[in-house]
Amino acid sequence: MPVESLFPRLEPLLPHVQKPIQYVGGELNSTVKDWDEASVRWVLMYPDAYEVGLPNQGVQILYEILNELPGTLAERTYAVWPDLEALMREHGVPQFTVDAHRPVRAFDVLGVSFATELGYTNLLTALDLAGIPLDSADRGEDDPFVIAGGHAMFNPEPIADFIDAAVLGDGEQIAIAITEVIREWKQEGRPGGRDELLLRLAESGGVYVPRFYDVEYHPDGRIKRVAPNRPRVPWRVHKHTVMNLDEWPYPKKPLVPLAETVHERYSVEIFRGCTRGCRFCQAGMITRPVRERSIDTIGRMVEIGLKESGFNEVGLLSLSSADHSEIADIAKGLADRYEGTNTSLSLPSTRVDAFNITLANEFSRNGRRSGLTFAPEGGSERMRKVINKMVTEEDLIRTVTTAYSQGWRQVKLYFMCGLPTETDEDVLCIADLAKKVIKAGREATGSRDIRCTVSIGAFVPKPHTPFQWAAQCDHETVDRRLRMLRDALRSDKEYGRAIGYRYHDGKPSIIEGLLSRGDRRVGKVIRAVWEAGGRFDGWSEHFSFDRWAECAAKALADEPVDLDWYTTRERDQHEVLPWDHLDAGLDREWLWRDWQDALSGGEVEDCRWTPCYDCGVCPTMGTEIQIGPSGRKLLPLIVK
Amino acid sequence: MVQRLRVRYAKRGRLRFASHRDISRAVERAVRRAGIPVAYSAGFTPHPKISYAGAAPTGVASEAEYLEIGVTRRCDPKRVRDDLDASLPTGLDVLDVVEARVGNLADRLEASEWEVRLPGADPAAAREAAERFLAADRVEVERLTKKGPRRFDARGAVQTLTVAEGTGEIAGQEVARPCAILRMVVRHLVPAVRPDDVLTGLRLVAGFAPPSPPEVTRLAQGPLDAVTGGPADPLDPDRDHRGGEPGTAGQRVGGDL
Ligand code: SF4
Repeated sequence: MPVESLFPRLEPLLPHVQKPIQYVGGELNSTVKDWDEASVRWVLMYPDAYEVGLPNQGVQILYEILNELPGTLAERTYAVWPDLEALMREHGVPQFTVDAHRPVRAFDVLGVSFATELGYTNLLTALDLAGIPLDSADRGEDDPFVIAGGHAMFNPEPIADFIDAAVLGDGEQIAIAITEVIREWKQEGRPGGRDELLLRLAESGGVYVPRFYDVEYHPDGRIKRVAPNRPRVPWRVHKHTVMNLDEWPYPKKPLVPLAETVHERYSVEIFRGCTRGCRFCQAGMITRPVRERSIDTIGRMVEIGLKESGFNEVGLLSLSSADHSEIADIAKGLADRYEGTNTSLSLPSTRVDAFNITLANEFSRNGRRSGLTFAPEGGSERMRKVINKMVTEEDLIRTVTTAYSQGWRQVKLYFMCGLPTETDEDVLCIADLAKKVIKAGREATGSRDIRCTVSIGAFVPKPHTPFQWAAQCDHETVDRRLRMLRDALRSDKEYGRAIGYRYHDGKPSIIEGLLSRGDRRVGKVIRAVWEAGGRFDGWSEHFSFDRWAECAAKALADEPVDLDWYTTRERDQHEVLPWDHLDAGLDREWLWRDWQDALSGGEVEDCRWTPCYDCGVCPTMGTEIQIGPSGRKLLPLIVK
Repeated sequence: MVQRLRVRYAKRGRLRFASHRDISRAVERAVRRAGIPVAYSAGFTPHPKISYAGAAPTGVASEAEYLEIGVTRRCDPKRVRDDLDASLPTGLDVLDVVEARVGNLADRLEASEWEVRLPGADPAAAREAAERFLAADRVEVERLTKKGPRRFDARGAVQTLTVAEGTGEIAGQEVARPCAILRMVVRHLVPAVRPDDVLTGLRLVAGFAPPSPPEVTRLAQGPLDAVTGGPADPLDPDRDHRGGEPGTAGQRVGGDL
């Protein structure tokens, strides 16, 4: 049965909403496949506004891979803004895909990618608009399987009630595997209904199905144990790691939107994983080991990606792009190739060293010289030892001064506030550092026309990091320190005007903390917030701390736990953490030791350049570090 | 820059929801994809030399939008037409490309011909409202602009206004409902009078209020033709006339639809 397009019903609503173009689809390189020719149909969702969701790499990659798969189709849906949500409810228009405007509920799988926890309420809106029951337990034969992925799913417990399954790690191979399991089950006539399909997925060990795990609690609220409730369901679920990025050169045909989005460029991941060992960084911990894409694959992907899209900017993505073993050749090769074409290159890197400036110089050859960004993260040397961000004050000042003398006028410095063991003094050190930077910069350039911006946000302890046991700093303390720092910067007559200050206040981070380290009981809070109108929690104009705090108090009233218990409480070594049964490969003992080392100021090196220090990932996951140099060169253009 | 190309393009179907900024980004990318040797402005942040004349508002479809591209190498207009069209998303369709020979294109865009479909509206009532509107000397309307509400006359700019009957099925509903179709030629004055201002006028003079949002399409824009009373093809002065008689924009539109 063909599924009808909802567009004729949506169209009359569009003149009444902001930026209607975001709902019409038709992006360059988007795909609409025949409904009846596909036996497995995915709808992929990024649970934020189109302008944020469209450029998302994860969604674009899976969209392309699934659409290439015979008998399979994939479309996309995004969170609709409240103005359209209200009209859709009034006129009975359900959640739709932007590709063919098909109703989300008609698909087999709703795959949702959570880069952050702040998209949880938007998932509920989408489910509700789609006509899919919010609770996994209430879903029937005609409802799609709701499968979540993305970094936040290394602890999916807060949304365990709302999803049918979660997947950890790289999505490419597991998405295909899930597709085939569903295809087989459908071809067999859906034996055993939803439970049977979920069981088949769970038994593989690579898909987490929350309903097959029971959580028991101690009377004081701590978790006693998490145990499978079916015989063949494994005790732990492992993450997925794609081991040869050259075999997965996606996106090949990047989506080019008409609407304006947050990134207007062709992005290519130059490697995955990071072993620098920054203790606050969840991404670095859960994506190990480092796997580089080779220089020639990168060169080819950029060439094809630009040709297919017409973009005039290339982004070389990774967690620390300057660390690619052949980044200098890549930078020079691309800068040479696109010289004089008004194509700009960008490289998100926050490394604090001179090499970073060399690269930045190369990259700005063909385009704008916007500011340079460095991320010391901690204001004092002591603080930086705690977080394992190994850079001395001397290095930092020397690096920034070099940037100024090479013509960069604006330097941005990123910091965090509320780190474990932090004191007021540590935060005030940021002001000293900024002043020294400007002073040295003025001396080096002989000019007063240099600026530095201090950008600071509150630290949130994350699962699967050495700080997973740490107490999160309360928002009163964070905000007090942020004000203190502001005053210290502003009050300075000599340097104050040359220093910009940007900060994020502490309250949203507490909610992020609740959602990051929460357990299944937090689901009630999320639902209450959503029912009270919570939407788009990643947007300051929509986020309401008070709503979250009130709903948490109400929803957890009968539990021995509360908002503080989840956030500002330190955990001890043996407490069962809500995500302990989810295996990122990291050895729990190693994480604990690293946490203790943090408290005593012990540092770890990067295992790319020093011997393996047994974090546990490689043996557990059967993976290994994949880095160059390959010695190859960026290939010349294929045509032209 | 060795040559300027004048492009007529259409904004159709769901792409009518694209804003002017959306379209200019799409055109810049399409120009790069098509390999058209566009010229760039000098300076620190070079911009491609593409200029737009009289863009239709967001939500309004058009068969007659115009832009001009400066190129660094001589190009065959026919080829540019095909390449650019192939590189733009469906719904942004290139209809015509000529080499700029004389004058300023924007100056030629004196008036627009609009079609306004009003699904579910009674054609007889629309006709009566149009007659009253045309009979008035002035019809003051108010529109919310970025600088706050603004009052101006919507009548003076309207050259012609006719009402036809159509069957428009209203979105999603099987039964065909009556549909009033307005056609109007409106001169480009300052402040600009848009079809929705004329609709506001119809409401003011005759209480005429269509039940669902109007579907507006610009059919043509160009210099006012004294004979037809509508806009003529603004690219005609750039055309090589030895090939035959220039057509009016109205005829061309008929062919393209
Ligand atoms: S197991 Fe060893 S080599 Fe692998 S990521 Fe951990 S420390 Fe590095």
